[in-house]
Amino acid sequence: MKIRRFAGLTAMVAAGALALSACGSGDTGSDDATGAADGASTGIVIANGTEPQNPLIPTNTNEVGGGRIIDLLFAGLVYYDADGAPHNDVAESITSDDNTTWTIKLKDGQTFSDGTPVHAENFVKAWDYGALLSNKQLSSYFFESIKGYSADEDASLVDGGGLTVDDDLTFTVVLTGPESDFPLRLGYSAYYPLPLSAFDDMEAFGEAPIGNGPYKLDEWNHNVEAKMSPNESYTGDRQAKNGGVTFAFYTDLNAAYNDLLAGNLDVLDQIPDSEIANFESDLGDRAVNQPAAIFQSFTINVNLPHFGMDEEGLLRRAALSMAIDRDQITDVIFQGTRTPATDFTSPVINGWSDSVPGNEVLKFDAAKAKDLWTQADAISPYSGTFTIAYNADGPHQAWVEAVANSIKNTLGIDAEGLSYPDFATLRADVTNRTLTGANRSGWQADYPSLFNFLGPLYGTGAGSNDGDYSNPDVDRLLSEGLSADSVEAANAKFQEVQEQLFKDLPAIPLWYQNVSGGSAETVDNVEFGWNSVPLLYEVTKG
Amino acid sequence: MAWYAARRLLQLIPVFLGATLLIYAMVFLLPGDPIAALGGDRGLPPAVAEQLRAQYHLDQPFLVQYGLYLKGLLTGDFGMSFSRRPVADLLAAAFPTTLKLAGLTLVIEAVAGIGVGLWAGIRKGGIFDSTFLVISLVLIAVPIFVLGFAAQVLFGVRLGWVPPTVGGNVSFRTLILPAIVLASVSFAYILRLTRTTVAENRTADHVRTATAKGLSGRRVTGVHVLRNSLIPVVTYLGTDVGALLGGAVVTEGIFNIPGVGNLLFSAINRHEAPTIVSVTTFLVIVYLISNLIVDLLYAVLDPRIRYA
Repeated sequence: MKIRRFAGLTAMVAAGALALSACGSGDTGSDDATGAADGASTGIVIANGTEPQNPLIPTNTNEVGGGRIIDLLFAGLVYYDADGAPHNDVAESITSDDNTTWTIKLKDGQTFSDGTPVHAENFVKAWDYGALLSNKQLSSYFFESIKGYSADEDASLVDGGGLTVDDDLTFTVVLTGPESDFPLRLGYSAYYPLPLSAFDDMEAFGEAPIGNGPYKLDEWNHNVEAKMSPNESYTGDRQAKNGGVTFAFYTDLNAAYNDLLAGNLDVLDQIPDSEIANFESDLGDRAVNQPAAIFQSFTINVNLPHFGMDEEGLLRRAALSMAIDRDQITDVIFQGTRTPATDFTSPVINGWSDSVPGNEVLKFDAAKAKDLWTQADAISPYSGTFTIAYNADGPHQAWVEAVANSIKNTLGIDAEGLSYPDFATLRADVTNRTLTGANRSGWQADYPSLFNFLGPLYGTGAGSNDGDYSNPDVDRLLSEGLSADSVEAANAKFQEVQEQLFKDLPAIPLWYQNVSGGSAETVDNVEFGWNSVPLLYEVTKG
Repeated sequence: MAWYAARRLLQLIPVFLGATLLIYAMVFLLPGDPIAALGGDRGLPPAVAEQLRAQYHLDQPFLVQYGLYLKGLLTGDFGMSFSRRPVADLLAAAFPTTLKLAGLTLVIEAVAGIGVGLWAGIRKGGIFDSTFLVISLVLIAVPIFVLGFAAQVLFGVRLGWVPPTVGGNVSFRTLILPAIVLASVSFAYILRLTRTTVAENRTADHVRTATAKGLSGRRVTGVHVLRNSLIPVVTYLGTDVGALLGGAVVTEGIFNIPGVGNLLFSAINRHEAPTIVSVTTFLVIVYLISNLIVDLLYAVLDPRIRYA
């Protein structure tokens, strides 16, 4: 072993020297890769990104690669600060008397980067476009609570009475029911306005979007990079404090990490798994490791034998939950970049609590777990292997194996991970309900609200209710929360929802994912937002 | 010879059809629903998913999908990626980068491999020969990603001689390190191939005759030994072009090179049949053409070879 490694190193150096001597002359190395900036805060910040998977239309951008570009190109009615608190951006006010009919007034004098004004119709037309099914927008479900929306057929929100333009700077939104957290979600990209020119040719617009945000898109070299410069016509709070932002696209995070170490990359918002153990010592105080709005769990469909919402199923769910040593797994496998869960949401969300009654079921208790499982076996004996399905193209294998082992050792049953080659394959089996075991599940919030972690996942028939969980009490409490007259009152209802969830465990909570990232010495004022994306407009360089 | 070349080019047509059909079938057989994956953990409204499936013909049976793809090809349409970009554009953007990388790699491995191999063959059994035999063994044994990461960390991060990755900055300076890494394995093979044939040819009759005639050592080696020894090396280089263009996925990933390998990698991740099939077919064609060039080169190296 030793000899071979040493020989390998020699060979590498030899090969390198050989090639260098062969090519040493001729090239003077005229290109300047790092582009050292001069002047205060006029430097162009280089951040990591990935090639957007879809054209850059706000209602069609549902993945982080395109999302982080869109968020800089557009300004919504509200924006979120680093703590997830909403502030008005384009909106002057968002008001309602009954949480159902919302009147939205816009600030005067705002324009898109092409000079056209930002008016009420820019929002109304954009949302109507996004909701119309035949436009095949990936985020169309964001409009499902607006009157007139249909998930089955083409239905216009305007014709259905959900959206009305009152005057240039005012429009009205009518929801199908009260939603106290409606203003909270309006910072999400699906709710951005579009210039009227976009509707002439949406496909072309997706290639070269024109926004009203702090930056404008200068160049999008597909699969390589997206270059943006400050948009002078933007008047909101998110003013660019640098000379521009360039997203360099990476297919391999290790390459991005090495670029960060070498100073070729200024901000990295995700540390590759292989560097998790040492990134904090590598980067020192430029390392970032803080909880994010990402909740991870595994879900067992309630229609699986032995795991229904009956006495046996509830005993088994509680037993599984108590059989997992979350502290040990987050420490050993994730090196402290996950925080053991104490509820179904995330600590960065307003209203979060670590003391929801019933959450002791998340504490590792081998004896109790074994006892509960034996009680369940008395009702109907369990045989076979308990599987947790995961996609191997994400960093899941290690923890799934660890969780399975924890279950196996505590309960004395066969438990193992079930590997799927990629996310698409796993998703197909989850949607078709063909799994015979649990599947890994997770939720990254679209907007900072407790409801966003609960409604879409555990409401009867909700879009992401992969476990087919249904509980009338939960449904009632969710809708009571939505019609509450204050955010505090709403949050109280949502915590009652969680109490019920701890009894039923439709998903077994595991941990919150931290955002782990870092920045190079070239930049200052790097702060990560509630959604794990750095607030790049605040970063200074030079 | 022109007729020979034309006949070889005509053979491309069945190969093209066969390759696209095979690759299309393989992509079709991939498990999973790419449209479902587009929605992420949240999933898509069924009506939207259905329309997207129809848009990419994913709701059609295999032969219809393939037929539509072929029909598109005949009209110069290579299909659309899920990001609504013509595959032809994607390929046109990625290929020049890969071509530069492959070209540089080919030069490095050929010059270094033949040079060292020739020297080692002449001084067979000497210290130089033995050293490079060991080195070549190691290069063949160490996986390319180990070599790639080690080189990236050492020369890119620690020493800072070259940028660790390429990205949008494709130049000689950024490509040199990935090219060396990519060349390393082939360098080892070429070295060994050259060394063996040179050592063999040095004892051949015509070489002894040439030496006996009183020709200088340099001329004997250059004209009589090397030229004959190059035939297997050129064959290897020819097949290596194909490998370089398609098999550079790992290297392109490590050094973040926006080339064909990366394009193919992300297309496979997203199950984008038109992209995968078009890129792979393109690589098959490049491979065939480079082999044709190799065959034609034989006549230059060895005048005894004639084409019928």
